Amino acid sequence: MPTLHDILREGRMVANHRPWPRAMVNARTWQMAAATAADGRLTLLGLWGDADVVHMALLDDQAGSAAVLSLECPDKRFPSVGRLHPPAIRLERALRDMHGLEPVDCPDPRPWIDHSGGAPYPFLSAEGDSLHQIAVGPVHAGIIEPGHFRFTVNGETVVRVEERLGYVHRGIEKLMRGAMLEQGAKLAERVSGDSTVAYALAFARAVEAALELEPPPRALYIRGLMAELERLANHLGDIGAICNDASFAMMHAHCGILRERVLRAAHGCFGHRLMRDCLRPGGVARDIDAAGLALLDALVTDIRRHFPALVKLYDNTASLQDRTVTSGILKPALARQFGAGGYVGRASGRAFDVRRSIAYPPYDELEFDVPSLTEGDVNARVWIRIREVEQSLSLIEQMMARLPAGPVMTAVTSRPGESVSMVEGFRGDVLVWLRLDDDGRIVRCHLRDPSWFQWPLLEAAIEGNIVADFPLCNKSFNCSYAGHDL
Amino acid sequence: MISALLPGLLIQGAQMLVVLLLSPLLTGFVRKVKARLLRRQGPPLLQHYRDLLRLLRKEAVVAENASWLFRATPYMIFAATWVAAALVPTFATGLLFSWSADLIAIIALLGSARFFLALAGMDVGTSFGGIGSSREVMIASLAEPAMIMIVFILALIAGSTQLSTVAAFMQTPAVGLRVSLGMALFALLMVAIAENARIPVDNPATHLELTMVHEAMVLEYSGRHLAVLELAASLKLLLYLSLIACVFVPWGLAPAGAGWATHILGGAAYVGKLFFGGFMLAVFETSIAKMRVFRVPDFLGAGLMLGLLGTLLLFVSRSL
Repeated sequence: MPTLHDILREGRMVANHRPWPRAMVNARTWQMAAATAADGRLTLLGLWGDADVVHMALLDDQAGSAAVLSLECPDKRFPSVGRLHPPAIRLERALRDMHGLEPVDCPDPRPWIDHSGGAPYPFLSAEGDSLHQIAVGPVHAGIIEPGHFRFTVNGETVVRVEERLGYVHRGIEKLMRGAMLEQGAKLAERVSGDSTVAYALAFARAVEAALELEPPPRALYIRGLMAELERLANHLGDIGAICNDASFAMMHAHCGILRERVLRAAHGCFGHRLMRDCLRPGGVARDIDAAGLALLDALVTDIRRHFPALVKLYDNTASLQDRTVTSGILKPALARQFGAGGYVGRASGRAFDVRRSIAYPPYDELEFDVPSLTEGDVNARVWIRIREVEQSLSLIEQMMARLPAGPVMTAVTSRPGESVSMVEGFRGDVLVWLRLDDDGRIVRCHLRDPSWFQWPLLEAAIEGNIVADFPLCNKSFNCSYAGHDL
Repeated sequence: MISALLPGLLIQGAQMLVVLLLSPLLTGFVRKVKARLLRRQGPPLLQHYRDLLRLLRKEAVVAENASWLFRATPYMIFAATWVAAALVPTFATGLLFSWSADLIAIIALLGSARFFLALAGMDVGTSFGGIGSSREVMIASLAEPAMIMIVFILALIAGSTQLSTVAAFMQTPAVGLRVSLGMALFALLMVAIAENARIPVDNPATHLELTMVHEAMVLEYSGRHLAVLELAASLKLLLYLSLIACVFVPWGLAPAGAGWATHILGGAAYVGKLFFGGFMLAVFETSIAKMRVFRVPDFLGAGLMLGLLGTLLLFVSRSL
């Protein structure tokens, strides 16, 4: 079978695409790449459209290299990747809705993001005696994002869950078109509120790669601090929320307090609880002062003092363990096939973390572990989060100790270029592909949330579980609606 | 004739008012304690009264395809639960309806309330109502036999299923320490938790449609219908706590024909018992996670077994 290198050689290399190579390929090579991904030798990172061109980002796990393949489709048709490699199906359905490019022989002809069709959405059928359907959402009883779930159940046992998303589509990629960099950074940051820093960082790194800028070292470290604060806040919130979905409110209350302290520390250091508008292409908008560092120091000490007791409480509460252990098992083979990122992948044996696998500064200079488990149940996803909280605390300490002095911003020039960037958000790998024109305007910006590959896995993980365990499994995945719907 | 009945009538009337007026306070108290245990401020103690008044004032939105059953059920449930709660001796045993305060009658009243609620849950035809009803009936199919077993234990010991008699007997030294009574207490606690939709069987505060039991059945209700259903739920919690207090800690109950002072003392003792029970419930609920739905039968099965064993033990020890 061909390697990523072999596939790239078949195509015509595109100049000015950084940092990964991009090649224009023909339909035959495109299909060969799809077949290689289907074989499990390459991981699909993204599939998106442009004006009459489709792009596909692929990762070679073994070599640690990635590349973008592009196929021209002047007749608005291209050979389906999803036909060979199922993780691409939803991406292709979204691509058809957004760009009108038809994936030929795609197994699923239904629309995905586009809800404008008058006819009711045809859900997949599951037939049999005593099966019935439960429709949940898009508006839920709790204050969460909107999404519809269609359950087919046999008594209490789930036979199938099908997701229907797209309710929070805001047209972000269209708004990006023609936007100035400053506006683009604002838009990227607002894709998903809980991943503000991750998206801002991914966008900034894409801009810097396209313009060949190098942000000052101090800015890189401050970005790292922001990213780890965001991870801490979300993981702490998730650990509590998962326990709350098993009606164990005590963990929720105590984790909520810790999460609040992280957010307040972020506000104290950077002037915004979610660190919005703090990270810019070229550096960071806000420097951290001695008072901010003292806040972070106090925060790390505080969490280190209180978190172990919560971990112990989680581990020693038998009634809670009874709910989380062995429910919602995601098989490692599926996690690998879909290239699941974040805690979803790492709890199912896919030890992929962008900070380690395709390291970017400042993580290339720091010591940390990438925790990984193989059980793939709700409990494993909680434990990955617990371990990552500990790693984030250690990373924050290391970054504070090594924080270089100097400026925090470089001037951003304008020139044409193309780039791709991938960073590790709390949920998993966020991918951004960017093309800039001569004036520094955005021609096309594609943002791919890790949830694209996690949502379908939730459907697989819930199969055979009971209906009442769905909220628990769903919370342990905690996929993004907004990041997915764009 | 009238003057002979009057004290009983007065006490009975007072009891009916007390349970009705006290039950929202008990619910509010349990919520408050739970909130404080979670380091939250919690709603004020009187919040549940305000919620009920607010719901009473609001328009009741009823699904278009709802039948008369859907409309009538809340009142039926409320009436049945109120009567049942009024039958349990709370602060005095000399109730006018004492002769009818039979444990089996109380179970029957609660059973019919549940039957109608399960029907109403399915009436509108939403999937959540159906899920809730099916789960409720599954729980009831084990909770009710367990409750009957508990009644048998009490009846075998006290020689009557009448609560006043049972309570009076429990205050005499003739009771002694009995294993079967301990079993009955544990079984009754389990049944009470399941019947009142508390953690670990159900979560009264959940917002997750897919995990609800009781809340799923009343999901379609609003306005005054919801108000009486909520009040009935509060009454039921009070009923079970009163029942446990009346049978297992009957001290302080004013006997028939006692003076005013004894009645007031009985009232104070009752309120004390009630809030202690509520406090323990809140502590228990905070320290445990909800169990998987298919584990509920195991939990209630244990209650049923305890009841059965207790009855068996009594029979065996009697023949010795």
